[in-house]
Amino acid sequence: MPEAFEPKIVAFFCNWCTYLAADLAGTSRIKYAPNTRVVRVMCSGRVDPQFILDAFAKGADGVLIGGCHPGDCHYQEGNYKALRRFMLLKRLVKQMGIEEDRLRLEWISAAEGERVKTVVNDMVEKLRALGPRVPARRREVA
Amino acid sequence: MKPKVAFYWCASCGGCEEAVVDLDEKILDVANAVDIVFWPVALDFKEHHVEAMPDGSILASFINGAIRNSDQLKMAKLLRAKSQVVVAFGVCAQLGGIPGLANLSDAKGIFAEVFGDGVAPVRFHRENGHSLSLPEFFDTVVELDRVIDVDYYVPGCPPTPKIIGDALGVLLGSDLPPKGTVLAPDQALCEQCPRKDTRPEKLLLKEFKRVHQVVADQQTCLLAQGLACLGPGTRAGCEAMCIRGNMPCTGCFGPTSRVRDFGAKALSALASVIDSNDEVEIARILEALPDPAGTFYRYSLPSSLLGRRRME
Repeated sequence: MPEAFEPKIVAFFCNWCTYLAADLAGTSRIKYAPNTRVVRVMCSGRVDPQFILDAFAKGADGVLIGGCHPGDCHYQEGNYKALRRFMLLKRLVKQMGIEEDRLRLEWISAAEGERVKTVVNDMVEKLRALGPRVPARRREVA
Repeated sequence: MKPKVAFYWCASCGGCEEAVVDLDEKILDVANAVDIVFWPVALDFKEHHVEAMPDGSILASFINGAIRNSDQLKMAKLLRAKSQVVVAFGVCAQLGGIPGLANLSDAKGIFAEVFGDGVAPVRFHRENGHSLSLPEFFDTVVELDRVIDVDYYVPGCPPTPKIIGDALGVLLGSDLPPKGTVLAPDQALCEQCPRKDTRPEKLLLKEFKRVHQVVADQQTCLLAQGLACLGPGTRAGCEAMCIRGNMPCTGCFGPTSRVRDFGAKALSALASVIDSNDEVEIARILEALPDPAGTFYRYSLPSSLLGRRRME
């Protein structure tokens, strides 16, 4: 029997909100899909679009960015910068043939452990429906 | 004996060849310093002449254009074997260039677009005992260093006479830079821009404008005027020719050495100056950039992290 498809999600969580929320989910023993590989960054504004494209290029099925709610950024407006870049990058990624549900930005505060579960579970479900992402491998010419 | 050099073109428009001719009388200095042993656009040497040369007998081959068919691939490999140094000349050879935008489609899609229901070319044909063949047209355009080893890069669409002159000076000199060097200054174009001082310390925009929508002021920073100028993310070396012509930079000199994916970085730089925290308003402001891939990967799609649109 072929193994069931388990989507791989690269998740960039900010140090001050979403990473703490994921930590809280852990200490609260909240169960959620084990499909994320979390990368802690100081701020969602630190997530260079290159990181996201690199994750896709290396075979991620989805990329999730988690930051503080609007107005709550530890660095004033890093999350707004993340939002602006995300909105433009989302359109670029679509032109490259990557489905919309594969790239997601969520505001999750340090108190919202439960929300980490909802978001990750929901994303895993959507990625399962999409199936494995066939990387846009350039045809290697001889 | 003068050192031998070769020029060749792959998937390109001919602009890089023009750029060599644009050296004007300096080309006479070049001709005095070297023997040009192969240059299909200007001299009557054939492929078999190159094949007959001993390996490594050419000092340097300047190859422009991306690789999009099997013939270009074969010639790139041939010139690599015959040359001590291979220079990727111009942005198509360096990063994929304009022909690289074909990676948003594939061979089938391009043939359907170009020939429609008309007569499409076939690769092999036989007629009265004679046979004809065409090179294979690849699905994906790649930059030169993906198919052969490349020693140096000369950026630009096309490289400017000054950049070419400087590059030749470096290559004919005794002190060769490390392999892989891009022969242009490793700093952002803004540093060379005559309008540098008019760029505000903190640049924020409520609106992007497209070049046909506005008569730009000739003194002020174009980005500050709302035009999507890619100068902040583009390598210097062109001496801001487009900006001097009152047109925004489109990024033909590619990235500096610190950047892996030009488009992602340029996108990041432009998105960051949007002066809004509201999703609806940001979306409205971004409407003025209707084609992100064409804008940010205009010259570099094949060398980008994703390389091409996903093939169906």
